[in-house]
Amino acid sequence: MSEPTTLLQAKQLSVIRGNRTLVDRADLTVHAGEIVTLIGPNGAGKTTLVRALLGLMSFNSGELVQQPGLRIGYMPQKLHIDPSLPLTVKRFLALGGSKLSAITDALSRTGAHHLLEQHLQALSGGETQRVLLARALLRNPQLLVLDEPVQGVDVAGQAALYTLINELRHELGCGVLLISHDLHLVMANTDTVVCLNGHVCCQGHPSQVTVDPAYLELFGHRAEAHIALYTHHHDHAHDECGELHHDHKDHPPHA
Amino acid sequence: MPEFLLLALAAGLGVALVSGPLGCFAVWRRMAYFGDTMAHSALLGVTLGLLLDININLAVAMGCLLIALLLVALQRGRQLATDTLLGILSHSTLALGLVAISVISPGRINLMGYLFGDILATTTVDVITIWAVGILVLIALAYLWRPLLSITVHEDLAHVEGVQVTAVRTALMLLMALVIAIAMKVVGVLLITALLIIPAATARRLARTPEQMALFASGIGALAVVGGLTASFYWDWPAGPAIVLGTTGVFVLSLLKKQTQ
Repeated sequence: MSEPTTLLQAKQLSVIRGNRTLVDRADLTVHAGEIVTLIGPNGAGKTTLVRALLGLMSFNSGELVQQPGLRIGYMPQKLHIDPSLPLTVKRFLALGGSKLSAITDALSRTGAHHLLEQHLQALSGGETQRVLLARALLRNPQLLVLDEPVQGVDVAGQAALYTLINELRHELGCGVLLISHDLHLVMANTDTVVCLNGHVCCQGHPSQVTVDPAYLELFGHRAEAHIALYTHHHDHAHDECGELHHDHKDHPPHA
Repeated sequence: MPEFLLLALAAGLGVALVSGPLGCFAVWRRMAYFGDTMAHSALLGVTLGLLLDININLAVAMGCLLIALLLVALQRGRQLATDTLLGILSHSTLALGLVAISVISPGRINLMGYLFGDILATTTVDVITIWAVGILVLIALAYLWRPLLSITVHEDLAHVEGVQVTAVRTALMLLMALVIAIAMKVVGVLLITALLIIPAATARRLARTPEQMALFASGIGALAVVGGLTASFYWDWPAGPAIVLGTTGVFVLSLLKKQTQ
């Protein structure tokens, strides 16, 4: 990853609605091949910031630089489709303008090819996420923007989904911007964590961020709980940053 | 068959055909009350048309569109819920229309005709207008079909994928205004939404794709027009309400069918 291409860069970006500052002078950069995870408590402005980055809402000050012609695959947090709309997975994916062969390929890649003829409203949470991810892949993205991609997915499914996302970024060489409010499963593959609480409290490699006082203040107790949960996957002891050490044999940093 | 009935049939079928697919979008996007508000403002358009001495259909379409844009502007305020705003606009414009019509030309206007439709008094010009506008709307719908479905499924996703969301949404409003303008003759401003919503809702129980649903809705609407006009001819029922009851009849029948996905 020498000289990685900058896909997207926000400088001192602020979003103000009414008299509330939702995002306060945020800096954020995503390079090609990099996973950037945006974390923060509820109401911290994560979704607002990402919506501003995607051009879905205007920002009030600051600067947003995008690589010209950047292809973005976006996976929204939720899909609300009125039950009155009869729509199969196949039709849903075709709405992006793709051919059937590309659609089946993308669905196979996300492990959801058996859902092709299913109706969208009949899908489970995990199935919906995989279909949404397939829709994002159909854009042949240089940047994947994923808003809480594991929402409504059980723990085993979450791990599988994150593994898949990590594989995809290597396959496609794309950058990934991920919103998450839980850290433990994301961290292992994340290159940069941006911790947001209105403003950017801290950012950097996970190992730096987790010892940052600003991070601990926001996530202190929850982070501990997550570490406890995370140790469950492994059979060795580690310190409070243990989850970030990528040197164990059973857990290669980049699968 | 007497000529007036033939003209009525031609007018009714034209409106039913186009309100099928448009009604589907009204149902999918939960715009029933929105359609109602636009339809209720049609009377204001009538007044405007009479005052300015321009084509009534055109004036009605313009009036509806104006109300729709006003609503979009008011929604930005975000202090009142959309259904509250719709309630205010819907009934205020209806009341204003009723007052305005009686002030500018008392006695000259068949108010009942505007409120409940006047399909049995359809002229050749009406039929030509309805079919011309109807075909135009159908062509526009076919052209915009995918982006329209796309924004109905997920507006943000559509936006990121390059769909001009605001333009497409405004186009849908414009098409709805046009259909309201031509449907006014058939069922009247108070019942227009029924012609949009009920056939589409009925079609949902039979359809497996969006296109099927649009087609079935047109068919059901057409069936209701034939049924309604028949009832009106033989039993002297008011034609507009009879057509709406026709759609209700098919809807009730469809409840007997087991729901498909």
